[in-house]
Amino acid sequence: MVLAMVVCANAGDLLLKRGMSTIGAVEFTGSGLAHAFRLTVTNPTIWLGILFLLGFMICYMTVLSWADYSYVMPAGAFGYAVLTFLAVIFLHESVSPRRWVGVILICIGVLLVGQTKPRTTEVVEPQAEKVTA
Amino acid sequence: MIGTFLLLGLFLCSSTGGEIAMTYGMKATGEPERLRPKELLKFLGRAVCNGWFWVGIPLMAFSFYALLILLSWQPISFVIPASALSNVVGTLGAKYILKEDVNAARWVGVVLVCVGVALVSLDSIPLR
Repeated sequence: MVLAMVVCANAGDLLLKRGMSTIGAVEFTGSGLAHAFRLTVTNPTIWLGILFLLGFMICYMTVLSWADYSYVMPAGAFGYAVLTFLAVIFLHESVSPRRWVGVILICIGVLLVGQTKPRTTEVVEPQAEKVTA
Repeated sequence: MIGTFLLLGLFLCSSTGGEIAMTYGMKATGEPERLRPKELLKFLGRAVCNGWFWVGIPLMAFSFYALLILLSWQPISFVIPASALSNVVGTLGAKYILKEDVNAARWVGVVLVCVGVALVSLDSIPLR
């Protein structure tokens, strides 16, 4: 689920970026903003990006319902490492040694956090919900 | 420069505050029974009825706009590494507000992630 969260966030960003690039720079005038809005709501790439970001939000909310915030938060940074690997594999980008060191540190950090207990707080019982409802 | 640090502080507080409120709300909502569309929809329905969800969303939206303003004021090579501090502030919030048990391994992991994000961001990622 954490991996799905990271993939959805990055795919959503990528699609929004691609969609907005086809629209071009937005002018900060009334007519410019209205024109950009019309182009945005009719762009399928942007809708696909929004769908992925919605998927990210659902995954994020679900993960937070069963795991600690301090467990989920560092895992989200794994996206930086995924992006770097994707850039090298698919876009054949050259990555500086400094960026590789950063990626390795993120991976070690995520692995360290991943080895801790995912949840350290109390679980909400369904009965307790009924009492407070 | 004082304005930048003030806004950075507001960004860190609102971003962490929003996510802590969201976590609080989701913990109170409880887990979905199964990862199937029907159960997930029920879970989302319960979540949006929780007040903490509606505390978290505006704070997260504010932090997003604060980040955009920061990016318009300062170079990305300063803003993104500085925003990685939200990992540390978030962990402090998790420990003292959400009462999570943050052990040494988790702290070391968070600090490594924080330094790693700063190093990666110094090469200015085009997307995030």
